[in-house]
Amino acid sequence: MSLLSEVRPFTIESFYKFVGDGKLMAAKCNNCGTVTLPPRPACSKCLSKDLQWVPVGNECKLLTYTMIHVSPKEFESKVPYALGIVKFNEGGQLLGMIRGIEPDKLQVGMTLKVDFERTSTAPATPAQTPPQWPQWPRYFFRPA
Amino acid sequence: MTGKPLASIVSAGMSKFGRLDGIYSRELFVEAAKDAYEKCPNLDPKKDIKALIVGQMGESFEHQGHTGPTVADWIGLTPVPTMRTEAACSSSAVAIRAGLMAVMSGLHDVVMVGGVEKMTHRKTSDVTEYLAMACDYPFEQWQGATFPGLFAMVARAHMHKYGTTEKQMALVAVKNHHHGAMNPKAHMQKEICLEDALSSRVVAWPLKLYDCSLITDGASCLILTKPEIAKKYTDAPVHIIGSGQASDTIGLYERENLTNLDSGRLAGEEAYMVASVEPKDIDVAEVHDCFTIAEIVAYEDLGFCDRGKGGCLVEDGQTGLDGKVAVNTSGGLKAKGHPVGATGTAQAYEVYLQLTEQAGKRQVKGAEIGLTHNIGGLGATGVVNIYKRG
Repeated sequence: MSLLSEVRPFTIESFYKFVGDGKLMAAKCNNCGTVTLPPRPACSKCLSKDLQWVPVGNECKLLTYTMIHVSPKEFESKVPYALGIVKFNEGGQLLGMIRGIEPDKLQVGMTLKVDFERTSTAPATPAQTPPQWPQWPRYFFRPA
Repeated sequence: MTGKPLASIVSAGMSKFGRLDGIYSRELFVEAAKDAYEKCPNLDPKKDIKALIVGQMGESFEHQGHTGPTVADWIGLTPVPTMRTEAACSSSAVAIRAGLMAVMSGLHDVVMVGGVEKMTHRKTSDVTEYLAMACDYPFEQWQGATFPGLFAMVARAHMHKYGTTEKQMALVAVKNHHHGAMNPKAHMQKEICLEDALSSRVVAWPLKLYDCSLITDGASCLILTKPEIAKKYTDAPVHIIGSGQASDTIGLYERENLTNLDSGRLAGEEAYMVASVEPKDIDVAEVHDCFTIAEIVAYEDLGFCDRGKGGCLVEDGQTGLDGKVAVNTSGGLKAKGHPVGATGTAQAYEVYLQLTEQAGKRQVKGAEIGLTHNIGGLGATGVVNIYKRG
């Protein structure tokens, strides 16, 4: 097997590399079938390391939400913004921003779709300066 | 018949809580330690105290690590062995647990456990960023979550499932400010009214400014001994008769149950079992009200009421000084203040005062059994201890 075709390790870094490609991927355990999202190096239920990457469906259900009015500096330009925890049919839950919806239209139980931020167009970091960590791309949710 | 004492508190100390400009954490701890020393004239600290265990959340606040030996030196305990415990906002409740292990194992007869945090010299935005380190950075903060925002999602889930109201949450703040106004060491010693709480600015809906606890400087400590030797130091010890601790996922987003904090519930169940007491036996409780919703959740997790009825419990006045269980008589994190690393032992300090009739205007008459409930982060750590008048 060549280096290029090796399975990506089941890590946070790999998860966000997929997000950068516009994909939400989970780890499915070949031993017990549990889907772990975000992935972990060993199955969250049986601790097996016999895993495979599986895509997560585009649709999810909103479990709870908030409107953030006081944010860290990085997100100040976005306030107030909606943030929610969603559940996927395949298993697994994620937290993320909810965009493209009026606050009074948010409802526990509503169906949302996953979307992805375009990769940052920040200028390349000069070679002698290590890039700031982390630089992961982000996913978000929007009305279905 | 309650359980046997695991260890005894023979003295307790606390610094003033508040915005204490120009005072470093080690200096705050001196104030707490001196308070404990002065309350216990039979104790010779240098000779009797065999170890120091101190809780502190972060080095980021002061660019200072290695807190154990630093603090030990400032309070005259060098060269005793020291240890720092870190469990976010429950760091010093974990220090109490480590102290119990030291005493119960027979390793040390007398130990000091405490906690400290210096926070107010930092910008609010820096403090909130440091505190958020108690959550799951790659999947929560990175995606835009804040600490109040995560508790707001617990509040929203609770409102949706049980009909809890913003007014009920505000009533927790009103009650705790009422108690804090009677505590000379509290950060905010003033009453607030329901209208002010409900009309304060939104931080993370449904949580408003008055739903949030305070950024505070402070230190607190306890002197723990083997129960058999407690009377050597004081006629009025307070015994720790039950203790429990549990962990949960670091991320809130992974949990099936978003309305309650299971680590607090599990820690409570363990502590009740060890202490052989039931929720109805508790006279006074200091619970983790980092946000008002957290106190409502704590009532339920500790069995003071049924699941979903926490909002009604405070609305019915059952958790005030004359209620069926007096909760956060100190003013809680909400009014006394929340110097994160100091909170666990400060809760025990209040229960110690209550069970030794030293709580002044906020004294609950005849309080015999007390409880402390301390949560780290979004409940990734939960610690409950139960105390009995000696």
